[in-house]
Amino acid sequence: MGKFKKKKGGELPAISTASLPDIVFMLLFFFMVATVMRENTLMIKNNLPYADQVEKLDKKDLVMYIYAGKPSEQYKQYGTEARIQLNDKFAGVEDIAAFIAAERASKREELVPFLTTALKVDSDANMGLIGDIKQELRKVNALKINYTTRKGNVFDKH
Amino acid sequence: MAKRAAPEVNAGSMADIAFLLLIFFLVTTTIETDTGINRKLPPIEDSQEDVIIKQKNIFTVLLNNKDQLMVEENLMELKDLRKAAVEFLDNGGIPKGQEGYCDYCHGKRSPSSSDNPDKAIISLKNERETSYKMYVSVQNELVAAYNELRDKRAQSLYGKSFTEMQADYDNVNWVGNKTKLKEQLEKIKVEYPQKLSEVQ
Repeated sequence: MGKFKKKKGGELPAISTASLPDIVFMLLFFFMVATVMRENTLMIKNNLPYADQVEKLDKKDLVMYIYAGKPSEQYKQYGTEARIQLNDKFAGVEDIAAFIAAERASKREELVPFLTTALKVDSDANMGLIGDIKQELRKVNALKINYTTRKGNVFDKH
Repeated sequence: MAKRAAPEVNAGSMADIAFLLLIFFLVTTTIETDTGINRKLPPIEDSQEDVIIKQKNIFTVLLNNKDQLMVEENLMELKDLRKAAVEFLDNGGIPKGQEGYCDYCHGKRSPSSSDNPDKAIISLKNERETSYKMYVSVQNELVAAYNELRDKRAQSLYGKSFTEMQADYDNVNWVGNKTKLKEQLEKIKVEYPQKLSEVQ
């Protein structure tokens, strides 16, 4: 009755792992391409407002970012008032001029007139702060600005 | 009985599948770009020349600290702002035959509103306590009013909306005469210039 002899255990065929490198490389490439490097670590709440008449802000190397909003949970010690963040630090309105100068110095000279300042401001911030920022930008002649928004209808409750 | 080993799964095509997926994702993912409303700040000028502008050519929008909207001395809801702005810009108050007559306007031609779109100025004033969200919404509505008029004008002139034309202009794959398209875009921008001033 050898016909019905059970197969011995532990003889499962080894799964080929030859393609594992391919899969890993695929994932690697995918993430390399799809991720946008965040240049700054945000220390503020940055819940952008919605708008639908928007224009794209391409040419990332020609954009200077100014963030503003209330300090987020981890940075409560900085108070609850909306504040400006430049690069990785909290900053005051008076630091903007120096920031713009530094950004301009880091770009090629012929590109300086095309620089845009993107204001990434939390929807709960008030206009006083933004008015101050704008005044400061006018002083250093950085006149092209962009109110960064998310795409969506203004009237929807978000 | 001969012991039969299970045949090994052929993994030769795995690499092909992997590359296929890779190419698929490469093609379909778009890297997120920021979007927003572009504005140009007025330069600081030392010699402040007072330009005299007729009151009827100014459309005053006030935003108070409670996020309420006052347009031309009347309280207004945000949803009505776009229509009011379009009416003001497209009014064309100068009568036919006189200089500055706007032959492409479709407004009421009321003598108490703006003379023509070139003279019409929207003035936006906000207080320090106005919320940024409300401010952006108002900006958005005012830009929308301009876009609406430009779209309408482009549709009647070239059979295509202004937004579409602009998208074509930015599209690298668009087949057509870009210099001509740019001229057309400029013409519409001249007919409905965006004159939005902010009071400090």
